[in-house]
Amino acid sequence: MSDLATHPIAGRSVGTTFRPVQTPPTTESRTVQYVLVALVVAVLSLFLLLPLATVFAQAFRLGIGEYLNTFRSPEALAAIRLTLLVAAIAVPCNLIFGIAAAWTIAKYRFPGRTFLVSLIDLPFSISPLVAGLVYILLLGTNSVIGGFLLENFEIRIIFAVPGIVLATILVTFPFIARELIPLMEDQGTGDEEAALSLGANGWQTFFFVTLPNVKWALLYGVLLCNARAMGEFGAVAVISGRLRGQTVTMPLQVELFYNEYASVAAFSLASLLAALALVTLVIKSWLEWRYADQIAAAGRGH
Amino acid sequence: MELIIRNIRKEFDRFAALHDVSLDIRSGELIALLGPSGSGKTTLLRLIAGLDFPTAGAILFGDQDASEKTVQERNVGFVFQHYALFRHMTVAENIGFGLKVRPRGLRPSPEQIRRRASELLELVQLPGLEKRYPSQLSGGQRQRVALARALAIEPKVLLLDEPFGALDAQVRRDLRRWLREIHEATGHTTVFVTHDQEEALELADRVVVMSQGRIEQVGTADDVYDKPRSPFVYGFIGDSSRLPVRIENGELWLHDRSIGISDIRAPNGSGTLFFRPQDVELVDGCSGCIAGTVVSSRRVEAMRRVELAIGGQHSLVEIELPIDHPAASRTRVAFRPRSWKLFPESTAPQAERVIESA
Amino acid sequence: MAKIRFREASIIPGFRLTFGFTIFYLSIIVIIPIIGIYIHTFQLDWDAFVRIVTGPRFLAALQLSFGASALAAMFNVVIGVLIAWVLTRYSFPGRRVLDAVVDLPFALPTAVAGISLTAIYAPSGVIGQFFAPLGIRIAYTPIGIWIALVFIGLPFVVRTVQPVLQDFDREVEEASATLGASRLTTIVQVLLPNLVPAILTGFALAFSRAVGEYGSVIFIAGNLPRQTEILPLLIVFRLEEFNYPAAAAIAAVMMTVSFIILLVINLIQAWSRRRFGHV
Repeated sequence: MSDLATHPIAGRSVGTTFRPVQTPPTTESRTVQYVLVALVVAVLSLFLLLPLATVFAQAFRLGIGEYLNTFRSPEALAAIRLTLLVAAIAVPCNLIFGIAAAWTIAKYRFPGRTFLVSLIDLPFSISPLVAGLVYILLLGTNSVIGGFLLENFEIRIIFAVPGIVLATILVTFPFIARELIPLMEDQGTGDEEAALSLGANGWQTFFFVTLPNVKWALLYGVLLCNARAMGEFGAVAVISGRLRGQTVTMPLQVELFYNEYASVAAFSLASLLAALALVTLVIKSWLEWRYADQIAAAGRGH
Repeated sequence: MELIIRNIRKEFDRFAALHDVSLDIRSGELIALLGPSGSGKTTLLRLIAGLDFPTAGAILFGDQDASEKTVQERNVGFVFQHYALFRHMTVAENIGFGLKVRPRGLRPSPEQIRRRASELLELVQLPGLEKRYPSQLSGGQRQRVALARALAIEPKVLLLDEPFGALDAQVRRDLRRWLREIHEATGHTTVFVTHDQEEALELADRVVVMSQGRIEQVGTADDVYDKPRSPFVYGFIGDSSRLPVRIENGELWLHDRSIGISDIRAPNGSGTLFFRPQDVELVDGCSGCIAGTVVSSRRVEAMRRVELAIGGQHSLVEIELPIDHPAASRTRVAFRPRSWKLFPESTAPQAERVIESA
Repeated sequence: MAKIRFREASIIPGFRLTFGFTIFYLSIIVIIPIIGIYIHTFQLDWDAFVRIVTGPRFLAALQLSFGASALAAMFNVVIGVLIAWVLTRYSFPGRRVLDAVVDLPFALPTAVAGISLTAIYAPSGVIGQFFAPLGIRIAYTPIGIWIALVFIGLPFVVRTVQPVLQDFDREVEEASATLGASRLTTIVQVLLPNLVPAILTGFALAFSRAVGEYGSVIFIAGNLPRQTEILPLLIVFRLEEFNYPAAAAIAAVMMTVSFIILLVINLIQAWSRRRFGHV
């Protein structure tokens, strides 16, 4: 362990002109450490903390009254409601998918398994705009499926809530699966085999053995999935059509306010999303700290 | 290079890993630091190398105080337990690394470095593996490459941390013999750490037995086995049985019986009697002997190990009998140790108050 | 799915259910829509496709998106390795908080980041005001785009390098030191080469995220045609014109690049596993 706190104490000198060498060979001199830490703190403050602080500073620029005013506007309230609704649909869908995908990938060996994993990673590398676009092309009113649904059932998907939900699902579905897969792979199938040999059926095995083993990773995944679902902008922006009060989510409403020069309103609404991000980070860090061993290190970011 | 360790103390946070350790290592000697885990042997090795720094005390390389030198300047060859080979470099690059990083004036030419690497591979009996990567080698081969890398810098002392710890038994035995040969061929002052007494006794010129941050005894294999100076050494090196006894006027008593062992030098009070299970003679009647009830017996190679419950406290001791000895089937056995050692109980360092069999 | 027997035998129940559901879900959510993009693109005849992807506005946007993304990812490599280093190697008060803060760009909605960065770097903003008198504009220029892309890409390199640094065997650094290598030599010749796969992976992830980024960029970009217009924005314009084939063509180009990057990442990791025995 090398750190600033436990530097070796100076040795008792034997000779008279004595220069003890005390920097451990696998760390840097204290000066270097201080400089590097300061540099990192500065960079993170400038690039990350400042934008976060600015959101709140701008939101409260004209005082708390003006801040609260934002949340009296029907547009903001409708946006909040819609965002909650979208997350309430998208997250459970992705939860079920995440569990099913993790089960199939972690508990079995079959050809194409690694391809399936890559497919699940895909939304991390495609642009959210493309994610929105794919559904416009597939389900828009002048596409085959979209036209059929509109004519026969009067169901609109694009520029309507279902499209927003679909786009949100697409950009957020990897989060839960990605947390579960490495963990369940690590845990292997021993526990499940034991449960089955003791007479449990498949569902009992899942609910009493597998689920408790992965519950923290699951919560972790849900948390990340939810944060992204509520904050998604690009994919939803192209697919929503921005019908005020109907297909405008919180991030979209932030944009609308901002473009109307209602800066305080934009930042006030944004501050809710920023607060959500903060809560997510706090819970996430707490989970990582408390249950590090029960959350497989996913390794790469989201 | 002579190595002098003078009153070294090492604390990690508040925990003292080494208490006042002193040791002289002669030039060209092969020394084993032997002890259980947590005895401070690896800490001592790392202090010599300059990877850690003593809280107090000094280490001298010849007549030079090493405390003034960084690990880079000490020029020690250190072989790590898990070899610590550079995975992204070939075997030849690994061995040549120490030469390549020398300051410009002292650096051999790339051609010389390459030749030196090949010579060393020859020495460690791995010729032709220059282009391999560490991941393509077996454990024993990695160990040899690690040693070649340490030898490449022509070290003043060679330090090895559990050099054979991660290898399986057969490879260990082979490498042990081979290390002895290398040592004889190169003549480096060598210190190695091990928890395996067989390894230490077989390989080293002198063995340093360590326990709980202290040196218990320094001596040849014969010394530490035949003349252990502390109960720890007696118990740690080889098999031993121990029996709590009472000393009255130089006479040793077990509960209310004299066991036929006496030493007029022994102070009155209690103590512990040590003997080797294989070094006992069976006796018939029991006046002045140790007698016990057979609790269990098991086969140990060519002999039979019998566990006896002795006296009122039911102290358990082990003795060894020939496999066909009739006593092994009896329920009661009496014996007398041929050689033994008594450590009277006292707060003073026990080593000062050892009483040995004649 | 009556007779799936291509998997290895296992007594764990539920394969058909979970495998079937996974494939079904992936099909409707990802596979079919993505194939749709390419089908739409192929509806264009070749000349029309070439006209779109060689148009000056497209090329300018392409250059800007890829150029700014590459520069941002490079900066993220340097600063990301440094952050990962400080977070894993040094202990100082607030380290845990800083570690958590690194994930902020993952958690903060991009639109929020976008308006906030714009407010900071606009000529009247906290930082912008210092540059405005010097005649340097940050917001509404490629510099602003670069800053937004640095923001959203920052965690990638940190999070790929961190675990490798954490697991790096101290003994290897000690070995280097005992062989006479200075600390700097050890870091450059022994440590850094081992980080290369993680750094490349982090770079690729940050780069690919930056190329596709929309929300945090459009506010600060200013969106001037041929100057500060990024590729994803071009898709939006084509959509607003109901020029779906053109939008699909741009998306197809972007997605193909994404696939190539994904492939490269996998190749890096396969290579890394072979050479280093880890990712």
